[in-house]
Formats: sequence, C-alpha cells, structure tokens
Amino acid sequence: MNRHVLSVLVENQSGVLSRVSGLFSRRGYNIDSLSVGETEDPKVSRMTIVVSGDDYILEQIKKQLNKLIDVIKIVELDAEKSVFRELAMIKVNTTMETRASIIEIVSIFRANIVDVSNETLTVEMTGDESKIEAFINLMNNYGIAEVVRTGLTAIERGNKHIKNQIKGEEE
Amino acid sequence: MKAAEAIIKSLINENVDTVFGYPGGHILEVYEALRKSNIRHVLVRQEQAAAHSASGYARVSGKVGVCIATSGPGATNLITGIATAYMDSIPLVVITGQVNSSKIGRDMFQEADITGAAESFTKHSYLVKNENDLPRIIKEAFYIASTGRPGPVLIDIPSDIQAAKIEKTDIPETVDIRGYKPTTKGHVGQVKRAVKAISESKRPLIIAGGGVLLSHAEGELLTFVEKTGIPLVHTLMGKGSLPSLNRHYIGMIGNHGFSEANRAVAKADLLIIIGTRVADRAWGGIPEKTTEDVRIIHIDVDPAEIGKNVGTQIPMVGDAKTILTQMIDRIDTTDRTDTDEWLTQLKSFEGTVKCRKTGFVNPRYAMETLSKKLNDEAIIVADVGQNQIWAARYFEDRIGRSFLTSGGLGTMGYSLPAAAGAKIAAPERQVIAVVGDGGFQMSLHELGTISYYNLEIIILLFNNSRLGMVRELQDRFYGKANAVELDKNPDFIKLCNAFRIEGVRITTDSQLEDAFEKAIKHKGPFLLECVVDPDESTLI
Repeated sequence: MNRHVLSVLVENQSGVLSRVSGLFSRRGYNIDSLSVGETEDPKVSRMTIVVSGDDYILEQIKKQLNKLIDVIKIVELDAEKSVFRELAMIKVNTTMETRASIIEIVSIFRANIVDVSNETLTVEMTGDESKIEAFINLMNNYGIAEVVRTGLTAIERGNKHIKNQIKGEEE
Repeated sequence: MKAAEAIIKSLINENVDTVFGYPGGHILEVYEALRKSNIRHVLVRQEQAAAHSASGYARVSGKVGVCIATSGPGATNLITGIATAYMDSIPLVVITGQVNSSKIGRDMFQEADITGAAESFTKHSYLVKNENDLPRIIKEAFYIASTGRPGPVLIDIPSDIQAAKIEKTDIPETVDIRGYKPTTKGHVGQVKRAVKAISESKRPLIIAGGGVLLSHAEGELLTFVEKTGIPLVHTLMGKGSLPSLNRHYIGMIGNHGFSEANRAVAKADLLIIIGTRVADRAWGGIPEKTTEDVRIIHIDVDPAEIGKNVGTQIPMVGDAKTILTQMIDRIDTTDRTDTDEWLTQLKSFEGTVKCRKTGFVNPRYAMETLSKKLNDEAIIVADVGQNQIWAARYFEDRIGRSFLTSGGLGTMGYSLPAAAGAKIAAPERQVIAVVGDGGFQMSLHELGTISYYNLEIIILLFNNSRLGMVRELQDRFYGKANAVELDKNPDFIKLCNAFRIEGVRITTDSQLEDAFEKAIKHKGPFLLECVVDPDESTLI
C-alpha cells in the first residue's frame, strides 16, 4: 500500500467537499488526509489528498475523481519534485521545571510558541509529517494536552504549474 | 418572469414535450407554469414510476427523459428510479421541489436532503440557490445528462426560488464547464493498434454492451461485423446491438447467458469490448482462461470503466459510434482474418425445451412465439428475475426492435412504468412489458397510469406464484428452501379488470398463438397471464 499525494483543483462551490469525500467512502478508498483552501482564483479551490493504495486503486481514484463535474484537474505530486508541508499546533503540559527544556526543543525544531499559560505551552510548527511526528514524540515525554493538524498540503517545485497540465491525463 | 416559467421555457428550449411526474406542496409553482405550457405531463401513481417511465421514454426516444416530483417523500421515492437509470447510464433530468431556501436544514415538513441522498447515483446535481442561475443550470443539466457517458442529473429547487421574479431569462447558447470535457473521438494511434491487433488475431470476438445502443451505433456495429467477419456476443444491456439472426451473432454472455457465448469468450484470442463495464454478472459465466493469453481492446466513453473490471492492452476512450466509424475507415478487407472456421466452431445453439409438465406455459416457448408474432419495431421491456432472463435469452432481436431492462441495479417493478414511458415515446410501436408475479405487484399502481392514458401495452405476466429467481438461488445454495412463496396471489385478471384493463389467463403452450393474436389485435392495454411451473428454472 503506497502513499500518494494528489493535488486536485475543484470549483469553489458548496457541496464539492461532500462529493469528493463521499466518492472515497462509497468506493472504499482510504483517505489519509485532506486539506482544502481557495487558490489565486477565488472560483477555484485546491485540495491536497493523501491516499494509500496500490496502482489499481490509485488509477481508479484519479479516474473517478475526474468524473466529478466539479473537479477541474488532478495531478499526482512526486515527493522528489514537490514540497510537502503540514501545520500542527501542539498544546504541551508544562511546569516551572520543564518549561525551559521544552522551549529549547521548540527552537531546535524552528517551531513557534504561540501561547503560554501556567500549565501549558502551545507550539505551532510546520514541516513534513516526519518532522511533526518527531516533535510530537519528544513532547510525549512532557505530556501532550491536545494536538491539531491540518493534514498535508503540497506544491510542485520550480516553474511547473498545475493549471498547465490537462485533465484526464491517463487517456 | 417567474422562475418557474423560466424553468418551463428552458425545458421547451431543450425540446422537451413530455414530462413524467407527481405534484406536491413544494413544486406547485412549477406545476402551475407547466399547466399553462404545451408540455404534456404524464401523471404516474408513485414517484419511482416517474423516473422509470422517463427512463423508458429516454431509451426509446433517444432524448433526455424528464421527471418531476415534490420535496421530501416525493424526492426520496424517486431515488430507486434515479439509481436504476444511473446504473444503466440513461440520460434523465430530474426536477424536485425543495422547502423554502431560508428554511433548509430545519427539518421542515416534507424536507429531505435529496441532493445529498442521491449523490452517489447522480451524474451531477444542483441545489438551486439563486433563481437567476436557473437558465444556465437547466442548460448544463441537459448537456451533462446526454453527453459522454449519459446519466441522471438532479435539480433541486426550493419553493421560494420557483416563485421568485427572474431578471435574466436568456438561455445560454452553449455550455462551457471546465471540469467536464468528454472525449468522443478515439485516439488515432490506438485505432491503428486496434486494427493491427484484429489483423493478427485468429479468434477475435466482439463483446457488445449497452454503450452501443446508447451511442446509437447499431448500424456501425453491423458494418464493422460484416466488414471484419468477427463473431459477436453481448451482455444483457447489449441485447439488440446486433440482430440475432445475423450469422455472426453468437448470443448473450454471463451467469444467465448461453454457454456457447461464454465459451467463445474463453476461447477467443482477441476481445473487442465495446461500451460495457463487463460487470460481475456479465463476466460470471466465463470459464477460466488458462491456456492462452488474450488481447483485449476496450472501447468505452467513460475512461474509469477501462481497466476497472477487466485489464486491457489497447484502451480506447471515446464514443462507440465514432470509434467504430474510425475503425471501419481504417480496416482494409484484405487484412481481414478468415473467421469462418472460428465461426463454425462457435455455432451450435441449444434447442428449445418444451414444457415437461402439463397445465403450465413454457416461458421460453412463449418468448419464441411472441418473437414471431411481433412486428420488427416491437419494444420488449423486461422486469427483473426469471422473466428477465427468459426474455433476454429467447426474444429474437431484429433490426429496429428494442429490449429494455434494468440490467445494472436489477430493479423489480421496472417494466410496467418503463413500458408506459416507451409507449408514450413511440405510440406507433408495439410495446410488451414482460413481468413476473413479484415485479408486477411492485408496480401495480401503474396500471392506473396505463389505464388512464389508454396505453396500448401488452403485459405478459409469467405467474409462477413464486419469486422465481430467489427460489432458484435458494434451491441451489440452501437446498429445497422455498422460503418465499406467493401462493395467495390475487386474481390478476380481475385486478386488471378493476383498472378497466382486459386480460386472459392461459395454462398451456397450445393456447399461446391465439392468445398473442388476441392481445396484439386488442385496442388498449391487455394482460396476458401465463401460468408457469413454479419449478421452472432459467438454467437448462
């Protein structure tokens, strides 16, 4: 079961997210994560969908997504040629004794502290998944109160542009 | 102009002259505009029938079928009909009323999230939020329903939107949806490869599916078969793609197909699959291919069907009619392979089995007799179950004849309403609804529609007092189970009489000829009830 990252341009309309997520559940495909937001064109949203499956599943996912009228374009992003990022916010339990060492780790990871209270410290960080996992693992030693993650978002490196790639590439 | 009037104006612009429907509180504005128009409204007796009738109408007329229902239960009753059309790729535009747009989500009286509920079996759907979008939405809906791989499109319209004044009533001339650009023409390189594969093969075979009929490619298929000499088998939905008397015709494949046809698939070295997803039921009867490799050319307008159920070496995305024309143009009769020996090998049809018990009609013989009695333009609408299989196996296809059935979803109760739609689309053609006693009772209410509009349909009822297909499956898997019996069936003749429909009941094969003649001559709808042995099987 390989992991694949799909970048999908869709019409920025209500109901699109339900169509896409509904497609995955009714055809039995697994979504690892899905993130979505508006693009440079306010009429278009861009989804980053992380899926796992073999080549057959991946091909079916792409083809079935393409059949949705609201889907404009699908591109599979190659890990080597793309930048993958995720944003996470982690609320860590702190005491007077642990606070300094947590701050030290935060700076090693080049993460930001966005909130401090007597018992907690909230860290915001971006990175690929392995970086976030590594940070969460370290914070487990102190006790994590809450974690919230956006799911992966991704873009291709260089001058490649999703708009210049045609829909229905597998024909 | 009121938005409801703009809706009707848009329908007229799409050449809609007939709609099937059932009114209710949240679609009244549309009905009022409909009443003032020249569009014919056919009142069904339950909403599911509106979708089936629109589907039968679409398949016979070649146009998009239109059905209308109210919000809530009206809309949810449509669902089975929408799903039936979706599975068989039938172009429909389905219009439903919705509660006032400002009240959506508050669980109002007769509120249902129909776009959400029907999402997985509509090709596309709209929940209209601005009345000024209606001309564009309706234009798009008809375009989406009828192009590429056809399918049902749902438009859900809140009652306040129907009543709103619309500023711009102009209907756009063209449709431009950036996410929807279906491919129709076959890739030239693939056409070349396909033609080369045909010339290299020794035992080529065509598997024709419903896509051939949907793209109206019967003529091109015939030319292709004649030019190449390639034998043909078909799926249930592909019945009628080639006349069964053609010498290249082998038969129907699948669990309920002919073993000769299934064996042909197993023996072939090249399969040319046209317009079918070759689903489980079609592929089910094929003996395992072990000895040789087979090359597969798969032609389908939906790229997602290619490689989904069967692998392929030569995929061709496009419209069957266009691609067949491209192939015909490219094939040189000199590089045609000699298929005579292969064809002779395949031609050995089983004979008809006469009914062994007395006091019953043999449904196979009934279908064969009917085939001889009917015109060349007759339309057979089969229900689901044993009757469907008997009809599919033993009704003889001729040029101009049509065979309609719910092949994908397998919806019992399809035949009566679909036959009504078919008859309305083509009043001059003979229409026969073939149905079992189970399916008949699922759509009994449509006798009301058939009677009211005096639709000259012959209802051929195979009554075996069983859910025959269920009984057959139970026998096969669980021993003599007979868990489902319909022994206390009503008197169907009297029931039809109550709807002012005449009928006769026959119990032996010898009565068939006279009974069919009487039914065919009869003016108005007619029930021909054949009493069938409860132990009768679809397999021989």
